[in-house]
Amino acid sequence: MTDTRYDSAPGEASDLPDAEEDAPSGMLVYSIGLVLAVGLTAMSFWVANTSLLWVGGISLGLTVLAIAQMGIHLVFFLHVTTGPDNTNNVMALAFGVLIVALVVVGSLVIMADLNDNMMPGAELMNLQMQR
Amino acid sequence: MTMSVAVDDGVGYEAQSLASEAGPATRRVVVGYGFWIFLLSDIVMFSAFFAAYAVLAHATAGGPSGMQLFNQRSVAIETGCLLASSYTCGLMSMAIGSRRYGATYLAALVTFVLGAAFLALELKEFAGMIAIGAGPQRSAFLSSFFTLVGCHGLHVTAGLVWLVVMMAQVSIKGLTATVERRLLCFSLFWHALDIVWVWLFTVVYLMGVLS
Repeated sequence: MTDTRYDSAPGEASDLPDAEEDAPSGMLVYSIGLVLAVGLTAMSFWVANTSLLWVGGISLGLTVLAIAQMGIHLVFFLHVTTGPDNTNNVMALAFGVLIVALVVVGSLVIMADLNDNMMPGAELMNLQMQR
Repeated sequence: MTMSVAVDDGVGYEAQSLASEAGPATRRVVVGYGFWIFLLSDIVMFSAFFAAYAVLAHATAGGPSGMQLFNQRSVAIETGCLLASSYTCGLMSMAIGSRRYGATYLAALVTFVLGAAFLALELKEFAGMIAIGAGPQRSAFLSSFFTLVGCHGLHVTAGLVWLVVMMAQVSIKGLTATVERRLLCFSLFWHALDIVWVWLFTVVYLMGVLS
């Protein structure tokens, strides 16, 4: 009961006592991660090249597959968990994701809006996207 | 009697769950956390390049577009190399944890070879593009493409140099606590690069060849 327990370092497997009982070995965790990541990568390449799917949904499907694969990398390779010893790592990650989303989505929305508001018809005016 | 057992259990849970009251964290945790923050800021920098690429992806100025330039086969091989090297990097962390020097060197060697193969393929792709006049100065699309993919390539190069330096430290100093902390940071860096590449091959190469 007097055991002091610290937060786990990022990238380190959690050593919570209740997680140790039937936790899979590190080798198994990395192998599961590899199999899932390879499967998702193969699916991404298939989705991008197939003619079976509705064209309009392909970018959305690719985005979902990419986000799923990043999640697989975080959980199986970087050992990010929901355990209490991982709270700080997850909070920092959440802040990073927030900033990334603001930068990327914000830029895309603003530039698309700017293009829409340009004078209609004139290719010369469309300076952001000289097609 | 049962009452006191329940109270004891409650206290035990409290004492275990409050990591913040355990006193100063170990050096390993502090170093790892600091490096984690650095990696997140690095990813924020990448997000700025991604935003620039996404905005300029169609600004080809009459030059070649991604559909004409990108070779999916070589991108698939590059992705496989980087993913496999991330896996062997994980195996290296496990070998370090159990103090097996031979396995550590072997996993580091495989990681290095796979990373170098990735870099060689990427440089070959860049050289091929520049040779047909599709260099970074051709259009805004190509400028942002070379900046984004080249920045990732520079990170991989830095990672390879770092890996060589770390193996030299392991052979000279042995797996001391300091060397082990640096290796933890290296494996974080290498896995993070793989995450950036997942994002990159999806946005640049796969979405780039959609009509």
